[in-house]
Amino acid sequence: MMKIEVATRTPVGDKSLKCQSIPIKIAAMKVDVYYGAKQALKAINLHVENYRVMALIGPSGCGKSTFLRCLNRMNDTIDICRVDGRIELDGVDIYAKSIDTVQLRARVGMVFQKPNPFPKSIYDNIAYGPRIHGLAQRGPEMDEIVQSSLERAGLWNEVKDRLNEPGTGLSGGQQQRLCIARAIAVSPEVILMDEPCSALDPIATAHIEELIDELRENFTIVIVTHNMQQAARVSQKTAFFHLGEMVECNDTEEIFTNPVDERTQGYITGRYG
Amino acid sequence: MPTTLILVTIAALTVVGYFLGRGRAVEVAEGRLARLHSVPSYHGAFVALWAGLPALVLLAVWILAEGPAVMALVLARLPEALVAVDEQTLSLLRSDILNLAHGVSNGRAPDPLISDAADFYNQLHGLAEGCLVVLGAVAGLIGLKHARSRITRDLRARNLVERALNIALVLCSLVAILTTVGIVLSLLFEAIQFFSMIPITDFLFGLHWNPQAAFSGDAAGSFGAVPLFTGTLLITVIAMVVAVPVGLLAAVYMSEYAGPTMRSVAKPVLEILAGIPTVVYGFFAALTMAPVIRDLGMAAGLDVSSQSALAAGLVMGIMIIPFVSSLSDDVINAVPQALRDGSYGLGATKSETIREIVLPAALPGIVGAVMLAISRAIGETMIVAMAAGLSANLTANPFAAVTTVTVQIASTIRGDQEFNSPKTLSVFGLGLVLFVVTLILNVVALRVVQKYREKYD
Ligand SMILES: Nc1ncnc2c1ncn2[C@@H]1O[C@H](COP(=O)(O)OP(=O)(O)O)[C@@H](O)[C@H]1O
Ligand SMILES: [Mg+2]
Repeated sequence: MMKIEVATRTPVGDKSLKCQSIPIKIAAMKVDVYYGAKQALKAINLHVENYRVMALIGPSGCGKSTFLRCLNRMNDTIDICRVDGRIELDGVDIYAKSIDTVQLRARVGMVFQKPNPFPKSIYDNIAYGPRIHGLAQRGPEMDEIVQSSLERAGLWNEVKDRLNEPGTGLSGGQQQRLCIARAIAVSPEVILMDEPCSALDPIATAHIEELIDELRENFTIVIVTHNMQQAARVSQKTAFFHLGEMVECNDTEEIFTNPVDERTQGYITGRYG
Repeated sequence: MPTTLILVTIAALTVVGYFLGRGRAVEVAEGRLARLHSVPSYHGAFVALWAGLPALVLLAVWILAEGPAVMALVLARLPEALVAVDEQTLSLLRSDILNLAHGVSNGRAPDPLISDAADFYNQLHGLAEGCLVVLGAVAGLIGLKHARSRITRDLRARNLVERALNIALVLCSLVAILTTVGIVLSLLFEAIQFFSMIPITDFLFGLHWNPQAAFSGDAAGSFGAVPLFTGTLLITVIAMVVAVPVGLLAAVYMSEYAGPTMRSVAKPVLEILAGIPTVVYGFFAALTMAPVIRDLGMAAGLDVSSQSALAAGLVMGIMIIPFVSSLSDDVINAVPQALRDGSYGLGATKSETIREIVLPAALPGIVGAVMLAISRAIGETMIVAMAAGLSANLTANPFAAVTTVTVQIASTIRGDQEFNSPKTLSVFGLGLVLFVVTLILNVVALRVVQKYREKYD
C-alpha cells in the first residue's frame, strides 16, 4: 500500500473554520459536459471554497481537465463541446448570456499541463495580460506589475537580469513559474492548474508546490494532479473523479485516510490508476 | 519493332528469372526457410536483375554504337572519290544515305551509287537488329543461369539487391542534379560570351534598353537592363501589395475563424485559383483589367496607357494570392494550440490572440512564404507580356507601360534568331540575373522557414 502524507502545512485555524460556513467561491450544479454525442461529465456537483486549494484526482480520461476547463469556459474554444447545468462564481452563473468570457478569464486564470510561454521576452510574457485588459500602460506601472508577479511566482531573482530574453529559453520549471506569474499578473481570483508539474523534474515540482501553498493566501486554486502525494501536500479539499462522475469530495485528510467510496479507496491505494 | 521485341523478351526473362530464383532458394533451403540468409523473394529479385540488367546494358550500348558502325561499313564500300572529302560534305552524304534508307525522298532522282549504299545500309541494319534480338536473349539467359547457379543458403541476396536499388536511386538523383548543373553552366558560359561583347557594367547599370538598335551598329549603348529591372520591381511590388494582405488575411480567416463547412468550400476554391493557367490570367489582364483601369483612370483625369504595369501587377497579385494563403495557412496551423490556449486563458479575445500571439509566432514562416511569392512574381512572364507590354520604359508610374526581364527574354527568343548576335545572347545575361536573384530569395526564404520549423519540433 502506498504511504501518503497528509498536508502538514494546513493552517491552525482550519479545523475550527470547518464548522463555520466558509464562503463558496465556485459552485458547480448538475454539470453535464458532452463532446459531440459522447458524455464526458455526468451531473457534477462540487463546491470550491474561497482561499483554499482544491485538488481533483482520478484516473486518466475521467474528465478532470474537462471540468477544470468548464470553470473558465475554456471549453468554449472547442466546437463540439457542450456544457449543461449551472456553474456559479461568487453566486453568478458564468454561463449566463450576460457574462463576457474575456472578463471571466481575467478573474479565473489558468496554468496548463505543458509550460506554454509565448515566444516573446520574459517581460512581454507577463505584460501581455495586463496590457490587453488595460490594467497598465508600458512604463513604470507595468514594470511594477511584472516585477511583483515574478516575485510572487518566485522567479524574480532568477530572471531579473534577463527580462528581455525569450521566455522559451528558460528551463521547464522556470517556464511553468513564468506561466503562473503570467496568470497572476492580471490579478485573478481563482487559478486553475491542470497537472502543472507533470512535465517537470522533482526539484521544479517541489518549487511549484511551495508556490501553490503561498498563493493560497491570495487566490483560490483548483489543481488537477495525477500525483496523490502532491494532492495530499498542497490541497485542503480533494475531489475524486471516476468515469465522468464526481465520486467523492471531502477534506483532503479524510479522503486519504478514510475514503467513503470503495472506488476512491481503490484508486488511492493504487489498485487502479 | 525489333527493339520492342527485345524489350518484351528481356521483361519475360526477368519475370521467369524471379520465379526461378525464388524456387531455387526454396529448394536450397530444404524445407527450412529460416536457414537462408535472405528471404526467397530477394533471391528471385537477384536472379531477375541478372537476367534483365546485362541484357539492357547490351541493348543500350548496341543502340548507341550500331548506327555509326553500320554507316562506317557502308561508307567503306563507296568509291574513294566520294568519301575522301571534307567533313561537311561527308555529313551531307551520310544524311543523303540515311534519308534514302528511311524512304524519305528529297525529290531528286537518287544517284545510283547512293541508292545502292542505302540498300546496303538497310540490309546491314536489319541484320544487326536480328543479331541484337538473339544476343539480348542470350545475354539474358546467361545472366539468369549464372545468377541461379550462385544461389546457396548463404548468398547475401538481400544485400546485393538492396545495393542494386541503391545505385538505381543514386543514378536517378544524379540525372536531376546534373541537368540543373548543366543548365546553370550553359547559362553561365553564354552569359560570359555576352558580357565579352557588352561590358557587364553597361548591362547592369545602363538606362537604355533597345536591342533592336544593335543591328544599326550602335551595339554598346542599347543593352542597359535597368529599365527591365525597374519594370520587374514595379510589377512585383504591385503584385505583392495585392497578394500579401489578401492572402495573409484569407489564411488567418481560414485557419482561425472559418468553420469546417466554410473551410471545405473555400480551400478548394482557392486551389482552383492556383490552378488557372497563367495565359488565362494574362488575357484576363490584357482584355478585361487593362481597359477597366484605363477607363477609370481617364474618368479621374489621369493619363493611362492601354497597357499598364498596374493591370499586370493587379492580376499577378490575384494569381499569387492562393500561393501566399496556402503557405501562410500551413505556418499558422503549425503554431501550437497551447499558445492560443495560453492567450485565451488570460482572457485575450480571438483577434488579440491572433495579432499578438499567433501571427508573431508564425512571422518567420510568413516571411518565408512572402519571399517565395516574390520569386514567383519575378519569374512570371505571361501576364506581363500580355498586359504590360514590351516597351522598356524607365518609370515608376504604375499607369505606364513597362516590361520585365522575363518578357524581354521571351520576346527575344520568339522567332528565328542568329545565335551569335548580342541581341540573342542578351537573354543569357538577363537569365543569369534572374536566376541569381530568385536563387537568393529562395535560399533565404527556405532558411527562414527552416529556422521557424526547428523552434517548435
Ligand atoms: N477536445 C475533445 N474532443 C473530444 N473528446 C474529448 C476532448 N477532450 C477530452 N475528451 C474526452 O473527454 C473525456 C475526459 O477527458 P479529460 O477531461 O481530458 O480527462 P482527464 O483530464 O481526467 O484525463 C475523455 O474520454 C476524452 O477522450
Ligand atoms: Mg487531463
